[in-house]
Amino acid sequence: MILSSHDRRLLLGPLNKNNAILVQILGICSALAVTAKMEPALVMGISVTAVTALSSVILSLLRDAIPTRVRIIVQLVVVSALVIIIDQLLKAFAYDVSKQLSVFVGLIITNCIIMGRIEAFALANKPWPSLLDGIGNGLGYAFILLIVAFFRELLGSGTLFGLPVIPGACYRWGYANNGLMILPPMALILVGIVIWIHRARNKDLIEP
Amino acid sequence: MENLINIFIRATFIDNMIFAYFLGMCSYLAVSKTVKTSFGLGVAVAFVLVITVPINYLINTYLLSPGALAWLFDGGSTIDLGYLSFIVFIAVVAAVVQLLEMIVEKFAPALYNQLGIFLPLIAVNCAIMGASLFMQEREYAGVAEAFSFALGSGAGWLLAIVGIAAIRERVTYANIPAPLRGAGITFILTGLMAISFMSFLGISL
Repeated sequence: MILSSHDRRLLLGPLNKNNAILVQILGICSALAVTAKMEPALVMGISVTAVTALSSVILSLLRDAIPTRVRIIVQLVVVSALVIIIDQLLKAFAYDVSKQLSVFVGLIITNCIIMGRIEAFALANKPWPSLLDGIGNGLGYAFILLIVAFFRELLGSGTLFGLPVIPGACYRWGYANNGLMILPPMALILVGIVIWIHRARNKDLIEP
Repeated sequence: MENLINIFIRATFIDNMIFAYFLGMCSYLAVSKTVKTSFGLGVAVAFVLVITVPINYLINTYLLSPGALAWLFDGGSTIDLGYLSFIVFIAVVAAVVQLLEMIVEKFAPALYNQLGIFLPLIAVNCAIMGASLFMQEREYAGVAEAFSFALGSGAGWLLAIVGIAAIRERVTYANIPAPLRGAGITFILTGLMAISFMSFLGISL
């Protein structure tokens, strides 16, 4: 293992105990709307990971040069420049997914996870730990997106990544896709259930 | 006029920012513990929406969209600055929020202290950026329509946050399984509210 144990904790912590969505309740805004299918959820997860990691490094390098009073504007400029790059890349190489994500690519700018990690970590740490922290939090976000999208696509459309997985025989025997899973309310309820399971397994996270 | 009312009702009930698009969830979940504060935040968000969306509409129509610069100089119709829209929109939002913060601090210090950190954080509230991006995507036909859309979105957001705050005030006294307390039950409650809002889908406008 190349990484020291401290580095590994930065990278892997957000996948479980420090998960941004489940524990800090950040980044819900643009997360839930893209989870009706696996494919957009995966693309969104990768995009957010890239933006979080790169913006953390850039702002960590700039941290001594930014006056505290104007830091929010500087952060927004850096993040939105990165998001513009991602948006152009998606339009060039994955046009269909980019259409499905519609405004939610632009909304990566206001994703609370990115601003949260910059404020809480990158502005006080060196570039290398900031990079690991950014990647870790991005992956933690992508992980939850994929869990929610897995259940919504499997139960709602009977497919995974667009490929049918439920055998045709089941449909002939009377199984039907649950259309409610595709609609927005089920995303909220599924996240609620994921939080429930996560907290039942980590008792110290239970709110008083 | 009828068209404007339709856009307002559609934005408030059918395409509700929270229940249909999950926009602005961060502050929605964090501030919705009491009705009073959540009402203050809801009004502030609606106010910022009503100012920023029309401004961004004008910028988008006359400066950024393909061929929008034709009125400025010859050959302007070949220029497409569309890729700049993210950065321009967020700059407008941040500037308006800064302005609002100064105004509220001067004229309503009580509300300013009550909202605390969440007032400057309106700048990164997804509902506001989201409304500007939806305005761009849906291509409204004039500044009045954009204004009506912003007003409807703001009203819908206010309605949602006040509603969940009222429910949460009651839920405090309920016997909820320990791991579900706080965030978990709020998500499920929001999901149930969203299901009830789906009944508005039947309205044809």
